[in-house]
Parts: sequence; structure tokens; C-alpha cells
Amino acid sequence: MFVTGKGGVGKSTVAIALGLLGARQGLRTIVAELASQDRVQGLFSENGERERFREVELAPGLFTISIDPQQAMEEYLRVKAGTLGQALGSSRLFQAFAMATPGMRELLSIGKVWELAQLDRRTRGAAPYDLVIVDAPATGHGVGLLRTPKTFADIARVGPIAHQGRTIADTIADPEFTGVVAVATPEEMPVNETLALADELARDELTLDLVIVNALYPARFETEEIAELTVALTRTRSKLARSALRAALSEHARAATQREQRDRLRTRVDGRLVELPYVFAEHLGVPELEVLAGALEGSLP
Amino acid sequence: MNVAEILDGKRVCVCCGSGGVGKTTTSAAIALGMAAQGAKVAVVTIDPANRLANALGLEQLGNEPRRVDPARLATGPLPVEGELWAMMLDPKRTFDELIERIAPDAGRAEEIKANRVYRELSTAVSGSQELTAIAKLYELDQEHEFDVLVLDTPPSRNALEFLDAPNRINSFLEGRALKAFMRPTGFGFRTLGRGAMPLLGGLRKITGLDLITDLTVFFQLLGDMTNDFSQRAAQVDQLLRADTTAFVLVSSAAREAVDEAIWFGERLANDGLPFAGVIVNRVHHDLLGDREPRELSAALARTLTPSLAGRVADNFRDYHVLASRDDHNLGRLAKQLDERRLLLVPQLDDDVHDIEGLARIHQYLFASQAERDRLIEDLVA
Repeated sequence: MFVTGKGGVGKSTVAIALGLLGARQGLRTIVAELASQDRVQGLFSENGERERFREVELAPGLFTISIDPQQAMEEYLRVKAGTLGQALGSSRLFQAFAMATPGMRELLSIGKVWELAQLDRRTRGAAPYDLVIVDAPATGHGVGLLRTPKTFADIARVGPIAHQGRTIADTIADPEFTGVVAVATPEEMPVNETLALADELARDELTLDLVIVNALYPARFETEEIAELTVALTRTRSKLARSALRAALSEHARAATQREQRDRLRTRVDGRLVELPYVFAEHLGVPELEVLAGALEGSLP
Repeated sequence: MNVAEILDGKRVCVCCGSGGVGKTTTSAAIALGMAAQGAKVAVVTIDPANRLANALGLEQLGNEPRRVDPARLATGPLPVEGELWAMMLDPKRTFDELIERIAPDAGRAEEIKANRVYRELSTAVSGSQELTAIAKLYELDQEHEFDVLVLDTPPSRNALEFLDAPNRINSFLEGRALKAFMRPTGFGFRTLGRGAMPLLGGLRKITGLDLITDLTVFFQLLGDMTNDFSQRAAQVDQLLRADTTAFVLVSSAAREAVDEAIWFGERLANDGLPFAGVIVNRVHHDLLGDREPRELSAALARTLTPSLAGRVADNFRDYHVLASRDDHNLGRLAKQLDERRLLLVPQLDDDVHDIEGLARIHQYLFASQAERDRLIEDLVA
């Protein structure tokens, strides 16, 4: 399950909430972070030891890994090309060359994701997962990531990369195997990007399986009540009460624009849209993530 | 401090920050403010929201700055004495133009543009937007008569990406890795040094021959151009380090964004790049402080029904959580950076999508400290 979305919409948060939900439902689940973000572990252990680029169990049934292209390449070479691979993997020249090849980092990262999702794992002694959730790069680059295996297969045409690329591309194209989830906050730009993503995926014959509208403000006030609040603001002398009234009016305005944007999204992806509430908290920790997982559990189609 | 002071004597303002913090809007508001002060300003944006793009007259495509119609600016409350120019970056086209500029002849440029490795490089690869944004900035600096250039950097996971990504592509274009395989004069594998042969065999085995052929052709085409790339990269680097350049970080007050702002400040210092300040958007200010919410309920009960008063109080309590979160994070930021270089823009009711909205943001960015405090006071109570 690839989770993507514009920067700043809470993509990682949603990916972890989905992971918690998977584990809750008894699936052996892993949340894979790309591009060495290394955030998930920090959420579960503030100052604990961090394992980099390995599969780590965070909670019963919930694992995480931060995927590093270079690490993935060494692993791939070891498994695929034996001693020669090992020699190549430790060659600085080869590494520099491979890493400089356009798209190679993306291919290696997605290759590792594919490996995690195999029932017969290439990694020695590794157990299979029921669900692999990918905290993918932001939307623009996200589609690029999904397209990379096919691009490589087309460019290389023959040989192991072409073969591997085609295998991965086929699993990405298989709706039984791969799903794409877009996260958007109900604001103009994230909604635009999500709509563009849906189009782009369609062009590649992929579907957007789910759109998660994140951080939706509660609608606390009826439209008629807004007039009352406005009148009260002119009559109230207490600075504190005035500040509270202003906050109410301001949040109502935001909540209303948010709903317009959500509806714009809904007309396009009806039936595949779920909402998550804005979490008013100093910091999103495990308890808040559990709440979000619960909200998803109740609303997923 | 305000933006005018931060940018005093500067010709280039680079706005960095992670996605979703209001970078494009902030860049446009800075440009508008500098134009209002009489400068000829160009803002280079990457991906503005449709409505904002329309407000700036960017609905027409084109990879060159166009002047924002003074009549449009006049619809806003801010008198603009100078000139505001805006452009939307087209990364693919900028990359093509870069190749055309550096290629020895048109034929070579066309061959490169048709090469599959190049096509992949210039569009799909992360880093191409960053590289082309800087290339465009350099070109505008060299070839146009602007007093101030404001660059809105591409949306990325984090602000540091902007500094790292171009190097990745540059080192590829300069062919550092491939040069190691080939003799300086050599084209293709016939002239490879002997030591590279087993590696090459491995490359073929792992990657498939055709990919190698495409790459080889690409580098043959680039050939003697790699020196020009290095030279250009060095010039661009010089521009970014100049004391007439200012890096401005745009952030929100959320924890991750503030962490990133701190790293970014450190990174700029380490790299010797000119840090100018941090603009923090969407700050929640409130007055509840440590006071009991009960005091509030009593005050509200005088004018509202109990149900409505209760919901206003609930809303305020939630708002207060965000306000104290912001306060805490800003405190951390102030401790790490020069506090005077922290400019706060409050959470507003709506997203900015027109000249009037930009002028509203501009108010906070260009106000004196005292004026800003007064504006915020007006806004919250």
C-alpha cells in the first residue's frame, strides 16, 4: 500500500495510523519509510536506540524499516550476483556510478519494498508480511517512484534489470497486490495535487484506491449562529471572551472552506474518500495515532 | 526586524522550507513588498495554487518573467511604486535551455534532448526541479535588470533537499563517476582502462547491456561539455554564497517544521551560506495563558446561550492547545537562532489567493515589531 500526498499533509502520520490499524486487525504489518526519514521509530521510543535500515518491531505485529537505496543495492547484489555482487557492492566506483544513474535510487528503493512484500523473502531468515505500507515521497515524486520499474524495464529491454523491473512493474499494476492511497488536507493545493495524481495514475493504468482527507476541523457552529457570535463580539468587553469569539469565527471560516475543498475532492473520488479529524494536541504521539487508527477503522469502506 | 531590514542590500532572496508551510505565498508577499518599496522585483515560483497564479497573471505559460499588470496590483490595498514581475518555472524547458546554451552546436543539443537517459534525467528524477530553479535564478541574475530576485524553491520533503539535490545531478552531468571508468579522451568502452574491465563485466551482468549503451551514448554526447557544467555549477555556487544573497526559511510552528528550521539554520552556517531569517506562518496566538477556562465561560454566558457559549469555550480550549504548542516550539527556535530574525505571521481565516491576501501577509512581514504586535493584538481580541 503506497501512501502519498503533498508535503505537509500528514502523510507519515496517516501511514503509521494505517500500520497500527493493520496490526490491530491481526496482520503482520510493516511501515516502510523511504529516503532515510527515520521518523517512525522516534515516535515509538523518544530517546531509544535506533536501528537503521533494518526491520524493527515497534509493537506486537507492527514493524518499521527505513529504506536506504545504497543499503538496498548491496543487499540485492549479494543475493543476486554472489561473490561478484559482493565485489561490486564494495566497489566505491561502482556505487558512485550506480547512485548517479538517474532513477537508480528510486528503483532500488522500490525493489526493496517489493522484496518486503514477497511471501518468499530474499532476505535470509526474514518472515513474510501480510501488509506493507510505504510512506512514499510527496505526490510529484511519488508517481515517478511507481513508474520507475517500468521505465527501467523499457530502457534496459533485456537483462536482469529489465527482468526485475518488469516483475516489479507487474505487481504494481496488479490491483489485487498493490494499492495507492492519497492523503490530502482539505485545502486548495493538496486537493489539486490529489486530483492531478488521480489523472496521472489513470494514465499509467493504475487506480487511486483511497483518498484520506486529513485534519478536518470540526463543524461546531451552524451558519445562523455565526451572526450571533458576530453580534456578541461587538458587545463583549472581556478581552478573553473576545479572543474566544474571534477564534470561533476564524475556525468556522476555515472549517467552511475546508468543506468546500473536501466536496471538490469528493465529486471526483466518491466512495473512495474517508475523513480524519484534526487532532488538537501539542504533539502527535502513539495515543493520538491510536485514535486516528480507530477513526480509520470505523470509516474505511 | 522585518523583511525590508533582512533584505536590505540583498539582490537575491531564496525561500526554502518543507511542503505545506506557505512558501509560495510568502515568496509572493515578499516580492510584492519589495516592489511596493520601489524596487523592480521578479518572483520565480514553482507550483502556485491556481487562484494565486491567476492573481499574478501567471495563467499564460512561458518560462520568462512577465510583469504583473499594475492595474491588477491596484486592486489591492498596497500602493506599488516599483515593478512586480512573476514567472512559473518549467523545469523541463529550463533544463533544455541549459543544454542548448552549453552545447557546442544545435545538432548536439537536439541529440542530447532526444536521448532517453536525458529525458529521464530532466523530468522524472528528484533534484531536476531544484537544479533548474537555481539555473534559472542564475540566468535571471546575469541577464536581466532586476533589483531583487525572489526564488520560491520546489516543494520537497524538507528544506535541505534544495541544497543537496542539485549536487547529485551536477555530479552526474559532470560525469565524475563515468570519468573514473574512462580515459579523459575516450569515448565508449573500447578505451576503458584495464582496471575497469571486470567492473564493466559486472555492470553488464547486473544491469543489462542496453542501459549501459544508452548511458555511454549520453556521456559521449555530453563529452567536452562536462567542463562547462562544472564551471557553471561553480558560478551558481558563488551566487548562492554572495553577501547580496539571503536565504530565508519558511516554516510553520509545528514540531517537525521547527526541528527542520533548526537543522536548516545549522546547515547553512556549516556550508557558509548567508542565512537571513525564519518566517513562521500560521502561528496561533491566544490570550488564555494560564487562566481558568471557567472565567471564560462566565464571560461568554453573558451574551450567548449556554449551548453556544459551551461550544465557543470548547473551540477556544482546542485553539489554546495549538497556541501553547506553537509558543513552546517558537521558544525552542528562538533559543537556537537569532531571535530577532524570527518573523511570525498569524493563522488567518483563509488561504491567500489574491493580491489583497498577499497584501495582508505583507503587513506582517514588513511591519515594525511594534506594529506587528499591535496587528496581532487586534486579530486575537
